[in-house]
Amino acid sequence: MLEFVLERGNYWAIIGLMMIGLYTLFAATNLIKKLVGLSIFQTSIILFYISLSRIDGGTAPILYGKDAKGHSGGHDEAAGAHGAASEAAHAASDAAHGAADAAHGAASHGLEHVYSNPLPHVLMLTAIVVGVATLAVGLAIVVRIREAYGTIESDEIRETDLEVARAEYAVDQADEANPA
Amino acid sequence: MAGPRSDHHVILRVVAKPLIPIIALFALYVHFHGDYSPGGGFQAGVIIVVAVVLYALVFGITPAMRAVPPVFARSLAALGFIIFAGVGVWALIMGGNFLDYDVLFNEEPGGHMGQHYGIIAVEVGVLFAVAGSMLSIFYAFAGRVTEIKDEDW
Amino acid sequence: MIAGYSGADLAIALINVLLLGLLFVVGVAIARMRSLFAIVMLSGIYSLISATWFVALDAVDVAFTEAAVGAGISTALLLGAMLLTARTAKPEKGAMQIVPILVVLATGAMLVYATIDLPAFGDPDSPANTYVGTDYLERTPREIAVPNIVTAVLASYRGFDTLGETGVVFTAALAVILLLGFGERSLSATFNRKKDKK
Repeated sequence: MLEFVLERGNYWAIIGLMMIGLYTLFAATNLIKKLVGLSIFQTSIILFYISLSRIDGGTAPILYGKDAKGHSGGHDEAAGAHGAASEAAHAASDAAHGAADAAHGAASHGLEHVYSNPLPHVLMLTAIVVGVATLAVGLAIVVRIREAYGTIESDEIRETDLEVARAEYAVDQADEANPA
Repeated sequence: MAGPRSDHHVILRVVAKPLIPIIALFALYVHFHGDYSPGGGFQAGVIIVVAVVLYALVFGITPAMRAVPPVFARSLAALGFIIFAGVGVWALIMGGNFLDYDVLFNEEPGGHMGQHYGIIAVEVGVLFAVAGSMLSIFYAFAGRVTEIKDEDW
Repeated sequence: MIAGYSGADLAIALINVLLLGLLFVVGVAIARMRSLFAIVMLSGIYSLISATWFVALDAVDVAFTEAAVGAGISTALLLGAMLLTARTAKPEKGAMQIVPILVVLATGAMLVYATIDLPAFGDPDSPANTYVGTDYLERTPREIAVPNIVTAVLASYRGFDTLGETGVVFTAALAVILLLGFGERSLSATFNRKKDKK
């Protein structure tokens, strides 16, 4: 039971954070506060992806030690023997990979060290930058709303809209009553 | 600012002045060291913008716009996107797939020069696009004339 | 298995608890605050704490981006927008608060129920961590020859993806410019204000 809780406590905590963001998004009437709630929600999703990508005993996905060496040929292309030698090495390592894949679960995967899964990192890295860009668009719209309505409280905006609609309706009714 | 400077931000100015070039230099380090350590075009672009934002916050938005004109910022954004897409088209012209860096220099299989320079070119595109876009966004917000008076704070 | 938590793993578990606790406190404070300035500053702090947590989870690139973008630029943008709009938020109405709380509790309960099927935290054999992710780890040294795998995947394997993201950022900048103008108006405005003062 305790093991079960420890293995999933992270997810529950992240869901808690996500719900705080969702609550702010729902309950706040102020549009800027709503946007802050939205960004909390977004950060909690990023936290969730990153905690899925973690591997026990792993390290940041930057190759070091033997994993990084032997492949530095990319920088000094002059090493003529590089081509043939590495071809042979590739063939050998491909065979090794096949064996490793067969015995799935061996965390080594042909590398000396264990690294965390880099793919969610890449996805979330771009998501953060796109998130701030969309936040900027949202804020720009809020600024325009403030200039048009004089307020950024959503209930007051709704009331203003309602009043305008009623006034237009009254004018329409008056026009229909005496079409002359 | 044409008028005499008010002096109540003097410490801020003195501290910010040497800090801004260091921030810009750090951004370049982050960018060009992105292959070997955390970092890359996205982060470096944002850090460069942070340097300009700090300058604008301390010395005022008008001097910042004189140092880095808004026209330059938005041109930079467009140029960055063109560089990124241009690398893809370059690969197409060399007979490969879009953004396939292996064919960039027609090298032997197993060579990494194409990948190396392709990644550098693409990261430069990302750097320009992100820095230009973020700076344009900042200028758009900062340049909007406030209706609220300072006394309301 | 408590015995399995020893040394570095135990330290990371403790750091997790500490940082998540801090995130909770900051999040609740944001939800309850009414001063927009405090909310904006707390959201910057929230970003910095989550960046620290990303480092503890080995996602150094993400931590870097979150610290630069979340705590740097987005705080500056929120402050700029706040300057143009309002200083304080209206308090939520007491009776209206119960509906969002019920919705949030129901959603949260459903999500927690869904986590029962999720792989354990740090499981190396989970579906997300086996196929394509490890493939990138294996192939990057011989195909790209760049030590930082995140850069390799970002710029090369998923370059098309990144091109799209760059396009989104560029489009967002265009949208903001269309909504708010280029920002050069402030130059003439400051001159006018100076003239008025004289």
